[in-house]
Amino acid sequence: MPRLARAIAAVALALAAVAAAAKEAELQGDPSAGKAIYARCLACHALAYDRTGPRHCGLFGRRAGSVKGFAYSKAMKRSRIVWNEKTLDRFLANPLKAIPGTAMGYAGVVDRKERADLISYLKQANESALCGK
Amino acid sequence: MSLLILANDPAAGLARRSFLGKSGLLLSGAAVALLSGQDALAKGGKSTASDVRILNTALGAELEAIAAYQVGAESGLLEKPVLALAVTFQGHHKKHAEILSKTIAKLGGKPVSAKEKYGFPSETLKTQADVLRFAATLEKGAVSAYLGAVPVFGDRDLAKAAASILGDEAMHWAILRNALGEAPVPSAFMS
Repeated sequence: MPRLARAIAAVALALAAVAAAAKEAELQGDPSAGKAIYARCLACHALAYDRTGPRHCGLFGRRAGSVKGFAYSKAMKRSRIVWNEKTLDRFLANPLKAIPGTAMGYAGVVDRKERADLISYLKQANESALCGK
Repeated sequence: MSLLILANDPAAGLARRSFLGKSGLLLSGAAVALLSGQDALAKGGKSTASDVRILNTALGAELEAIAAYQVGAESGLLEKPVLALAVTFQGHHKKHAEILSKTIAKLGGKPVSAKEKYGFPSETLKTQADVLRFAATLEKGAVSAYLGAVPVFGDRDLAKAAASILGDEAMHWAILRNALGEAPVPSAFMS
């Protein structure tokens, strides 16, 4: 019985790993789909220059609220967030919940895959000529 | 039917007048929607500090849109009927900005002012189509921004008012797409 239990546990673990890998693969962002989602941001944001919202070039690794000359909310300046895939994912899911007091009065990108696509596009754009690379 | 095609085809005068007449009807509809929004904005009953921040962000975007249409109007790239349309749309954004500004002040906030300078990609605007595409991009973004703002207003009257502005922005986007020869309403839902 212990051997059978171990075998079942091993199979269960393997299945869980496969499921996790499948989920991970599913959440691999598609930059071309993300480009279309980025159109939602274009009332306030641009890649290369500040608008109602700050520029997105240089986003990854940048501390939130740190683009020189941009008038951020106090909440954003105090957030101590450094933008990366994880922090962007959390923020984009529900900006007002992630950083109460943010000026980004937007319900968020609720769909995980859409967020992954959007972040993937932002990463790609940040490594391209669009951001002077 | 494309405004660009109409603008370049002298034989299409009748169609052009028909198009502009139809646009006029659409704009009247937007004006009615906006009026209902103004009533809602004037109430400002259950508003929160968050609502004021959202309104101020919307105001900032509207002020930028006004400036963007000004760049387009002064570019010398727009032919007469297109220029008239751009000026009309700019007028709508001015009305949005005016009512947003008044509402923010009424709610105890400080309305943001227009920036002295905006960083528009003017160097990429070389043709009428470039200007229209740039404007369409901003209008589509505005639709998405208002769509994202509607559910997060604490005051449902403000949400209704924002939705009435959203409707106006969506019409701008559709007409600009039409002018570019693209399907004016490419999908059943906006996001």
